Amino acid sequence: MSDNTEKPRNRLALWLPLAIFGGLFALFVHGLMRPADNNVPSTFVGNPLPQFDLPAAAADRPGLATSAFRTGKPRLLNVFASWCVPCAAEAPQLAALAQAGVDVEGVAIHDRPEDLARFLANNGNPYAAIGRDDKRVVQIAIGSSGVPETYVIDGQGVIRYQHIGDIRADDVPMLLGKLKEAASKGAGS
Amino acid sequence: MIAELGLAVLWMAAALAALQLVAGALALRPEGGQLGGLVRPVAVMQGVLVLIAFAALVWLFVTTDLSVKLVVENSHSAKPLIFKIAGTWGNHEGSMLLWVTIMAVAGAFVAVIERRLDERTLIATLGGQAFISLGFYAFLLFASNPFARLAQPAEEGQGLNPLLQDIGLAFHPPTLYVGYVGLSIAFSFAIGALITRNVGPAFARAMRPWVLGAWIFLTLGITAGSYWAYYTLGWGGWWFWDPVENASLMPWLAATALLHSVSVLQSRDALRAWTVMLGVLAFSMSMVGTFLVRSGILTSVHAFAVDPQRGAFILALLAIDIGGALALFTLRVSTVTEGARFSLLSREASLVFNNVMLCGILGIVLIGTLYPLMTEAYGVKVSVGPPYFNPVSAIFAFPMLVVMAIGPLLRWRRDRLTGDRAARVTWPLAVCAALALAVFVGVETLAHHITLLPALGLALASGLFPASFLPLVGRNLRRTPLPVWGMVVAHAGIAVSLFGMASESAFSVERLAALTIGESRDVGPWQVRLDGMMPVAGPNWTALQASVSTRYAGAAPTVLHPMAETFTNPPGTRNESALQTRWNGQLYVVLGEQAQDGRWQMRFWWKPFVPLIWAGGAMVGLGGLLALLGRVMSDLRRLIAKDKIAYRRTRQGR
Repeated sequence: MSDNTEKPRNRLALWLPLAIFGGLFALFVHGLMRPADNNVPSTFVGNPLPQFDLPAAAADRPGLATSAFRTGKPRLLNVFASWCVPCAAEAPQLAALAQAGVDVEGVAIHDRPEDLARFLANNGNPYAAIGRDDKRVVQIAIGSSGVPETYVIDGQGVIRYQHIGDIRADDVPMLLGKLKEAASKGAGS
Repeated sequence: MIAELGLAVLWMAAALAALQLVAGALALRPEGGQLGGLVRPVAVMQGVLVLIAFAALVWLFVTTDLSVKLVVENSHSAKPLIFKIAGTWGNHEGSMLLWVTIMAVAGAFVAVIERRLDERTLIATLGGQAFISLGFYAFLLFASNPFARLAQPAEEGQGLNPLLQDIGLAFHPPTLYVGYVGLSIAFSFAIGALITRNVGPAFARAMRPWVLGAWIFLTLGITAGSYWAYYTLGWGGWWFWDPVENASLMPWLAATALLHSVSVLQSRDALRAWTVMLGVLAFSMSMVGTFLVRSGILTSVHAFAVDPQRGAFILALLAIDIGGALALFTLRVSTVTEGARFSLLSREASLVFNNVMLCGILGIVLIGTLYPLMTEAYGVKVSVGPPYFNPVSAIFAFPMLVVMAIGPLLRWRRDRLTGDRAARVTWPLAVCAALALAVFVGVETLAHHITLLPALGLALASGLFPASFLPLVGRNLRRTPLPVWGMVVAHAGIAVSLFGMASESAFSVERLAALTIGESRDVGPWQVRLDGMMPVAGPNWTALQASVSTRYAGAAPTVLHPMAETFTNPPGTRNESALQTRWNGQLYVVLGEQAQDGRWQMRFWWKPFVPLIWAGGAMVGLGGLLALLGRVMSDLRRLIAKDKIAYRRTRQGR
């Protein structure tokens, strides 16, 4: 053929579709092999807590402000409400965590003081402080979509983990582990 | 009995497909010439047998044979007849059977009518078609047998997903399937031509009606699917860039490019390698789409038949068919000689530009669809939506639409825009451009809240619509060939649809309201009032139906009935929106839930000119139909003329 000289360059370009298809195929195989995991981690994880200063929700506990999380020690932030049934179900686990020396802070969502007092009397009160969030301002600001949810906050006030739903008995060691992790991260940063 | 018959016939059809492949392959060797005569009859017989198998499955669904597993899982004796029939393809196994049925019937059709392509290329084409079919037969027979019986017949079926119990959806999947599978014929033609190294106008002429037909079905299928999503999902949107939607859009984009490049190949003998490449690409996109939808590797709102096992099977087919075709392309295309040349200002050049733009959009959509999969490989989860797809595809779409207005006015091979051509081409186009500019400036000055993209869309649509009709100027309209009318109607349809899209995004008004009975609200120019709430019942559902009286700008009221339906078999809910269509737009009403204080949550949208989106889509399909009709008619005329000549010759004893 007369155009032998320009063949090599052309040939390389001709392999391109096949190469692209090879890439796609590899991607598809990878996609199929990967175990299905449809959980989307919150984008709030890794961000510092927003500024807030909530009034006290219960007579015998102080209110809750962002400054309470900058003590250098990691702690749990539990978003709950007296009208929420799973919140009552997770109370023993929270009590166990408090027993193990973990500081648990509470944010009561859309609650009445008398209902809350009854709830704490019935289920125990593991909280060091409880902020009153009647308009769900803090709840929305930390990306929580419902109650109960529990956040691990490190000693610098940075969100390290978000647990959605009630804390089951087997979640307790996991949360303790996350707290330990947060302690090393918070100290490092 | 019927189930066993269906299965047996399916096996026989698969065996014939194997024979078709082997005979075709042998016939292409010098010593196997006689076997070539076998290929056509075998292709026809295969089509007939698989059609019988499909009819058997339809029959099982119509009679609700509860000893067949597929019927039990997807149907119910209390379902209306039309949804029993639609249930045949409303599931994985049945839809795969529909797929091979269309494929085999199309193959049989090619075997019967195609007489002008050279015989070797045709045999190679039918062999290729048999090869693809065999993969799907294997998939059906080994991994998804639609005729499997239950050991113990069930008492009652489990029903069909309520979202699918809709008349639009009964015909939406088969329409798309005809489109996808029609592209498989184009794919087989491309392979056949590569094998015999015979890429030229005859090949283009044989392939063209199939591409056109498939493209018409895809266009109508996508348009209908978009309208279905618009009124059943109750979200008020008409396109969500969902993976399943993208899976249908990508073959359409490739088929649109193929359609135009095959016309260049037929009339000008140019773009040979490019046309073959697009032929492979179009069907590849159909298969990739099928894989994405069935394997469940992407999260989608309408993944109805997800199973990773099946995904693996389809992926294997994908690798064999597409990988094989691309390898063949790579090895053979350098021996396909270059076609005719053309200058930069010519109709060919404008078609090439638009082909590249279409492929650009295709790439954008493919990357956007697969991006979540790519980042997941690195442990990052993302979802890609309209903020990516809309502007990035517009970068390619807008220049393409401008060239679409100019291209049809240019001459083949070489054009110049001076002298008499200026009066024919330049000045009319300048008028259209001025119109577009005026609309853009008007929109930007009068309505500041409208963002750039919808404003550009409105302007472009206004210029494009009159420009689409320019190819008719100076022609004798009664003697203008049908394909030219087809092109004009289709291009104008694109303008109409674009206008609807831009208007919907620029001028929509949304209201969320909690209404007590008797309460009113304003929605744009409309006044709506909730008159009452009533329970109603259908054959397999019960519902709450609201009566909403609506008046447009003080005119006489009309009553709409949005419903919240609850299905019993299987349990599920659906919000049936109510639509009020006027010449200048649509009012869209959705009934939500009852709040604790007894008020009803309702959602209203006023969407000016939104029906133009689907009217434009229908126009594009109609344009394709006109073009196809024109080609078929001229073919028929030629056949009749040939017969007459032959008849006269025999009468004259020659």
